[in-house]
Amino acid sequence: MADPIRWARYRWQRLVSAEGRDGSSSSSSCDKCYQSSKVPSRHRIVIPCLGHFKEEYEKVSKLYMNNRIRTTKYTLFNFIPRNLFEQFHRAANLYFLFLVVLNWVPLVEAFQKEITMLPLVVVLTIIAFKDGLEDYSKYKLDKQINNLLTKIYSRKEKKYIDQCWKDVNVGDFIRLSCNEIIPADMVLFYSTDPDGICHIETASLDGETNLKQRQVVRGYAEQVSEIDPEKFSGRIECESPNNDLSRFRGFVEHSNKERVGLSRENLLLRGCTIRNTEAVVGIVVYAGHETKAMLNNSGPRYKRSKLERRVNTDVLWCVLLLILMCLIGALGHGIWLSSYSEMPLFNVPEPNGKSTSPALAGFYMFWTMIILLQVLIPISLYVSIEVVKLGQIYLIQNDIDLYHEKTDSTIQCRALNIAEDLGQIQYIFSDKTGTLTENKMVFRRCSIAGQEYCHEENAKRLESYQEADSDDEDLTDAVCGSLSRMPKQKVHSCRTVSQPLNSKSLNQLAGSCSALGEKDGVSNIPHSRHVAFSSPIETDVVPDAELMEKFSQITCHSYAQSEETDGEPSLEAVYITDFFLALAICNTVVVSAPNQPRQKMRLSSLGRMPIKSLEEIKQVFQRLSVRRLSSSPVPGAKESSSESPSTFVNKLSIFRVKLASPAMEGVSQTANEPQATDSPQCAKVPPLGPLHRVDVAAGSEHSDAGSSLEQSISKLCYEAESPDEAALVHAAKAYKCTLQSRTPDQVTVDLAALGSLTFQLLHILPFDSVRKRMSVVVRHPLSNKVVVYTKGADSVIMDLLWTGPADDKSEMEQKKIKERTQKHLDDYARRGLRTLCIANKVMSDAEYAEWLNSHFLAETSIDNKEELLLESAMKLETKLTLLGATGIEDRLQEGVPDTIEALRKAGIKIWMLTGDKQETAVNIAYACRLLEPDDKIFTLKSLSKDACALLMNSILEDIQKSMCTKKNHNSKLASIFPAPTTQAPEFSASLVIDGKTLEYALHESLQSIFLELTERCRAVICCRATPLQKSEVVKLVRNRLKVMTLAVGDGANDVSMIQVADTGVGLSGQEGMQAVMASDFAISQFKHLSKLLLVHGHWCYTRLANMILYFFYKNVAYVNLLFWYQFFCGFSGTSMTDYWVLIFFNLLFTSVPPIIYGILDKDISAEILMQLPELYVTGQKSQAYSPPTFWITLLDAFYQSLVCFFVPYFTYRGSDVDIFSFGNPLNTAALFIILLHLLIESKTLTWIHMAVMIGSILFYFVFALMFGATCKTCNPPSNPYWIMEKHMTDPAFYLVCIITTCVALLPRYLFRVLQGALFPSPVLRAKHLDRLTPEKQREAIKKWKDDRVGKGRMGTRVCSRSAEEAASVRESSDHSSYIPVSKTPFHTCPADRSVQKTSSISDIQDEFRDVNSLTCERAVFLNSSKETDSETYGANNSCAGIPEFTFAKGSNGISLINKAGLNCYLTEQDVLTYPAKLEC
Amino acid sequence: MKNKNSQGAQECPSRCPDNSAFKQQKLPAWKPKLTAPSVLSSFFTIGVFCLLMGICIILSARSVKEIQINYSDICLSCSKLRENSSNWDKECNCSVHFTLQENMLGDVFMYYRLQNFYQNHRRYALSRSDAQLLGQDVNIENSNCAPFTTYPNGTPMAPCGAIANSMFNDSIQLSYHLNSYTAIQVPWLKSGNSWWSDKNVKFRNPTSYNLSSAFAGTTRPPYWQKPAYLLDEEDERNNGYINDDFIIWMRVSAFPTFRNLYRRLHHTNQFADGLPAGNYTFHITYNFPVTRLKGKKQVVLSTITWSGGSNLFLGIAYTVSGAVTVLAGFIITAIHLKLRKKKTYFQR
Repeated sequence: MADPIRWARYRWQRLVSAEGRDGSSSSSSCDKCYQSSKVPSRHRIVIPCLGHFKEEYEKVSKLYMNNRIRTTKYTLFNFIPRNLFEQFHRAANLYFLFLVVLNWVPLVEAFQKEITMLPLVVVLTIIAFKDGLEDYSKYKLDKQINNLLTKIYSRKEKKYIDQCWKDVNVGDFIRLSCNEIIPADMVLFYSTDPDGICHIETASLDGETNLKQRQVVRGYAEQVSEIDPEKFSGRIECESPNNDLSRFRGFVEHSNKERVGLSRENLLLRGCTIRNTEAVVGIVVYAGHETKAMLNNSGPRYKRSKLERRVNTDVLWCVLLLILMCLIGALGHGIWLSSYSEMPLFNVPEPNGKSTSPALAGFYMFWTMIILLQVLIPISLYVSIEVVKLGQIYLIQNDIDLYHEKTDSTIQCRALNIAEDLGQIQYIFSDKTGTLTENKMVFRRCSIAGQEYCHEENAKRLESYQEADSDDEDLTDAVCGSLSRMPKQKVHSCRTVSQPLNSKSLNQLAGSCSALGEKDGVSNIPHSRHVAFSSPIETDVVPDAELMEKFSQITCHSYAQSEETDGEPSLEAVYITDFFLALAICNTVVVSAPNQPRQKMRLSSLGRMPIKSLEEIKQVFQRLSVRRLSSSPVPGAKESSSESPSTFVNKLSIFRVKLASPAMEGVSQTANEPQATDSPQCAKVPPLGPLHRVDVAAGSEHSDAGSSLEQSISKLCYEAESPDEAALVHAAKAYKCTLQSRTPDQVTVDLAALGSLTFQLLHILPFDSVRKRMSVVVRHPLSNKVVVYTKGADSVIMDLLWTGPADDKSEMEQKKIKERTQKHLDDYARRGLRTLCIANKVMSDAEYAEWLNSHFLAETSIDNKEELLLESAMKLETKLTLLGATGIEDRLQEGVPDTIEALRKAGIKIWMLTGDKQETAVNIAYACRLLEPDDKIFTLKSLSKDACALLMNSILEDIQKSMCTKKNHNSKLASIFPAPTTQAPEFSASLVIDGKTLEYALHESLQSIFLELTERCRAVICCRATPLQKSEVVKLVRNRLKVMTLAVGDGANDVSMIQVADTGVGLSGQEGMQAVMASDFAISQFKHLSKLLLVHGHWCYTRLANMILYFFYKNVAYVNLLFWYQFFCGFSGTSMTDYWVLIFFNLLFTSVPPIIYGILDKDISAEILMQLPELYVTGQKSQAYSPPTFWITLLDAFYQSLVCFFVPYFTYRGSDVDIFSFGNPLNTAALFIILLHLLIESKTLTWIHMAVMIGSILFYFVFALMFGATCKTCNPPSNPYWIMEKHMTDPAFYLVCIITTCVALLPRYLFRVLQGALFPSPVLRAKHLDRLTPEKQREAIKKWKDDRVGKGRMGTRVCSRSAEEAASVRESSDHSSYIPVSKTPFHTCPADRSVQKTSSISDIQDEFRDVNSLTCERAVFLNSSKETDSETYGANNSCAGIPEFTFAKGSNGISLINKAGLNCYLTEQDVLTYPAKLEC
Repeated sequence: MKNKNSQGAQECPSRCPDNSAFKQQKLPAWKPKLTAPSVLSSFFTIGVFCLLMGICIILSARSVKEIQINYSDICLSCSKLRENSSNWDKECNCSVHFTLQENMLGDVFMYYRLQNFYQNHRRYALSRSDAQLLGQDVNIENSNCAPFTTYPNGTPMAPCGAIANSMFNDSIQLSYHLNSYTAIQVPWLKSGNSWWSDKNVKFRNPTSYNLSSAFAGTTRPPYWQKPAYLLDEEDERNNGYINDDFIIWMRVSAFPTFRNLYRRLHHTNQFADGLPAGNYTFHITYNFPVTRLKGKKQVVLSTITWSGGSNLFLGIAYTVSGAVTVLAGFIITAIHLKLRKKKTYFQR
């Protein structure tokens, strides 16, 4: 049990640190407070709470938290103070509190003290109730979690006993079995896995469904028996708790002072699930709130919508108005008082008999008036907005059109308060992969050794999938059904537990909705639970016939031969084999069998071997391996002999498969054929008689075992981290190069031709975004050499290839292959395929040993381990041999082009930000109609900032020029053909920019010109953009252009972008839940975006805008009644209305109808909105709520209040009417006016509207009558006794109410009528369309669209003016950038290409090229229409291929640097003379 | 589409949203059309209705007979006397002659009218104790009556508060000159002028065996000349807090210029049908000071009608707005016809 005082202190710190900050930053600040306050040192020491360290343990561990969690904000005792405290953070609430306090000052008191408090109390109570409910559900979840059972080692009973999660302490030993959830962060000390591995699933942390491996602490993996907590004598020192999931550093210090390092590989994180591992034991290092998972739970972000920001400014206007009115009141009162020379009878003196001076009385009156007119600042507005937003969110979430059947997911609204922002989006920033595309990577083509295999059959298969897509999914379910059902159940039961882990990050603004969201967010995962990236479309690759044939001909013989003799004919075979091996090996895929999901295949265990023949085989292989070793030319024979047991096992396993599988017999037969040829290795096989015997025997005797094995092989499940990997493994599998098992130190691949090969896995150099490649280092079982397989982006791999002396024959071959492959790669990219290059490198053992040394150093260093590892990896990945390239197709999601077109028409600018290469991106952009064939595409690519600036300038100039010519052309056209033509003559430019250039463009000095440029482009495509750049781009556009941005993405790399944008939309795709967790709205398909924005966005915006305007109107109109009365009561602050009615008028009588109006009003039907995306512009331009509309509304409110006051005033003037009898018709008329006003403003009226409206009126009358009948003394100053009853029998009352209502509403009604007839807005016209019959509607829409085109032509005239402006801007910016230009000669990119192509390269040229590629920028400026696309691409690609410079020329080094400065000038010149270049 | 949706609902009852009209926002809705016929009919209906109502109201308002006499100017000497508050106990009488040109038939009401008396001043209107007026024995110290709660010696005021303290206390008599020699008193009804609910529910005297003992221990407000239980010595049911004059005064008027009902004509003898035309004289005991407030006092004789008093405003308002509405209707018709010719109406 933790010290309660400490707990309280912790809560307090959290509270303090969370104050006044966005939720997003609170976690990091928490982190700080941990470090600063809790543990004086930055490290934490963990000692097992057992045995000999008892005292020390108590001393140290007392300070650490236990595992009890409390995510609730409140407790039973602090709920009221704390909730009040939180609520009074809102300015509006503070204002009302101020009013309440003010009302307690006797001098200025306007109402009864209690009455002023009422609205505030009601609002606070509603919010508090909501908060409380939300908190209670959290409390229940916490309790549930805290009471989960886990096995903790108990010293008393000397065994693991069941205890609750909350009783877990730091230093406890915990034993977990498969599929159990980890209760706290612990260091793994034992795993039943012989390799000391434990698999965990982190879905509840990051949503990734693939398994992650964790490793037992070094030194403990070798233990055979389970670790005995009693004997554990180490102490662990590690970092103090922090929220970095990807980092954990520390060490275990044994009693003998020996230290063993700990890394994140040793840490099991709370909330993850143990998979594939029977049992694990670990020691808890962080518990409860100090676990990384809990520290990562940042609360929901509070975003303010644009509309709300506008509202806040208008509230300020209202405050100003209020102050003005109060000043008038104060002045008036002072003047009125001073006009009396003597104290009049009705001016009641102070209790002490004196009267206050007019000035002082005026001052008091100011405050009195503030209290009296307080309703002008609408307290109910804020509550109503919240309620309306909840209602809108509810309706959005229930939209059946946003439901995706395949994934069984609907939209999740995680942010509850920015729904209306969806209606105002001006810029969309979209990720490509997984957002526009399906992120189902399908192996499409490959090129091996310069030879392309286009996989026609496979293409056909894909086409057929396109048609029957939905069927596939069902099929998937059927196939995976058996395997997924079992774990699904389990997962589901666990989900309820893991809920709170995500619950925090889910929005908590509203209880009901957040609960809904939680359910959605969590239960979403099980559906994608079946192995990711394994739909049949991804797995069933149809092999290319030609390649298949080639591949199947490859035999053990030819392979081995080629290895040794470098024989020409079989070089291709080697390439092919290595290529597929690389596909199968070079990844981090986890293999599991379907019938035992998440249980990896362990073929290396000998259990299933036919024992009978085991001995014989052993003998055979002993002989074989000995011979193999002796004949092996490898210098490091010592090393390999030391490893002989493992190699033996490997070999064994190869043959075991051969034995067991009858289907393989044919293959082994073919393998026998070349045995006749004298290959050094295989030739030795035939004499070994026993093998054949065993082979046959095994085949006959153990056929059943074999068949089951085969079955399991064919149904292997691959769990990959990325879809590309899965696609490649599946592709390899299609060519019978099947990845069979993978353990940390070995990989087994089943090759049809060569049988099962087990590679000793030496290293995996994982993928990172800097290197853009990954490598595996294996020992090849056949050649016994160390081979590095690398796969990565073509741009990086091409630079790393081995380039020997040019005269070498094989080198020429290599070069040819490289060129050809590059061509294929370009072709793939043009087709929109994702390209990867596969390369390998054979290392001698000496080389390897040398590298290993340095690598080992890197691995063991603590300080800058990451950098050193990166460096070490770079060292290894050089001098590669290119094997081939793959083209993986990522198909467009359904409906993406239409969606993009619709969003375009809606006036939204769409940017595509992708990490992919330029060609792929451009092609996807064409495919999804982001780029149109007629578009002029400008490519921005430069290697320095200055060049970038110049390039941008010239592009701008160009755009302007073409715009002007277009314009001239247009005007001519228009004069000749005045009738509207169907084609849009608007000039459209698009910009493609790559990551490096983007970096320059984002530089402060270039930002403005970059933005200016992008503003002129219809579409902008940023390729090769890093996540950081993505967010920077969004930030730049958002802040500088002051536009509403929306970012949509699906992966972890989009998270920063999603968070930065005004509205973040996450796609719950295949790449995990990170994007969803960070988003405000989570959808399952990109196409849903159009309905979300065009329909729901439009609705939410117009509804809320209208409702807010109505609220302002309502309050101003009503409060002004009180104000006008002040002119007739000596500005004394009298209210002619009963105070209760006054308060209830806003709170009860007129509050529900606007809320219903805000939730349900529908200006245009969804169908029309979808068909006419142009209507979206209303929201973008904030037409529904703009300053003019606001002021017009206020004016109308003033008018109505004037009418509502003065009609009764003149009617009752001079009569014997008393104050409250005068107020009653005023109130009643105001009620009718306000409600009927809403009726005029409503676009649709359902029974709900009517019911609420009539209900409000009835409620008012019932209340007034009841109050009038019962209240004899209850409300002293304004006793309403019997007034309503009296009025109900008086015809004059009705007459007054009717005429007041009519006169007040006449102008607005007239305005609405005339607006509809004379100047209908597009929305009004569209509204009219709604009423037509479907046929007429269709016709009208068509007509409309034609009309738009006609208007579009008008639009160009406007642009000319802005073009001139821009030109002047450009000139000024040009002025500065032109200065440093010198007149030195230059080389353009095409020139470069020619240089490169000429075979005879003189020294000077060579040197120049080096300089050029090192320092200068190759500004490629593509000005192409679609027709010239291919050409320009070609040019472009060859440019991209240039940077294959070598650093080797050391002698040139110095001169290079000297020339670097000069070269800057060269390239600037280069750009300046660009027009000339274009011509040639 | 529909089929697909319903299928979806069957397969996944948990996640798939209901295909109900409400949730899909497809509730049958009445869309208020602003089309020509509906707009025009609404305009003309409202316009004609207002016009007719207006004419009716004007006609009925004109039938009201009313006479107003400003006696604070006429009784100038008394006004002067009351300017000085030290003369509060000096009686001052004043007579005002006038001639009624026409008979005032039916119910005739006598009002006193005060100008510029801000009864609606916030602190003034607040200064009363409804509980005390209900006859409850309350501690008026806690009420809003301050500073008119107790005398320095601690005796509470009954009734307390500024409103009660400043009660209108002129007495007005009207005599009818049958001829130049004989004048008869016009009979007036003192009670039944206030709201029934006030008289019978809201205002109650403290219960005791008699009224004076009920008010024992309290004393009159400073400006009053006699205690509350002597307001009407003739009629037990019009005395104390339930005195009609008092009740009416306590109903604080809405505007600084107002009139309060003082007396109703008692239909007897010559006055059975109302006030006959002829010469009359008001005999006024002038107590209530108004000059300090720059106020005026008037006495009003008036009949009433179903739509209220003689105020023509309501009728004019109806007439004018009716006319405007009809005019607007015509304008819209013109626009409509013009646009329809162009065929650009609504749809273009």
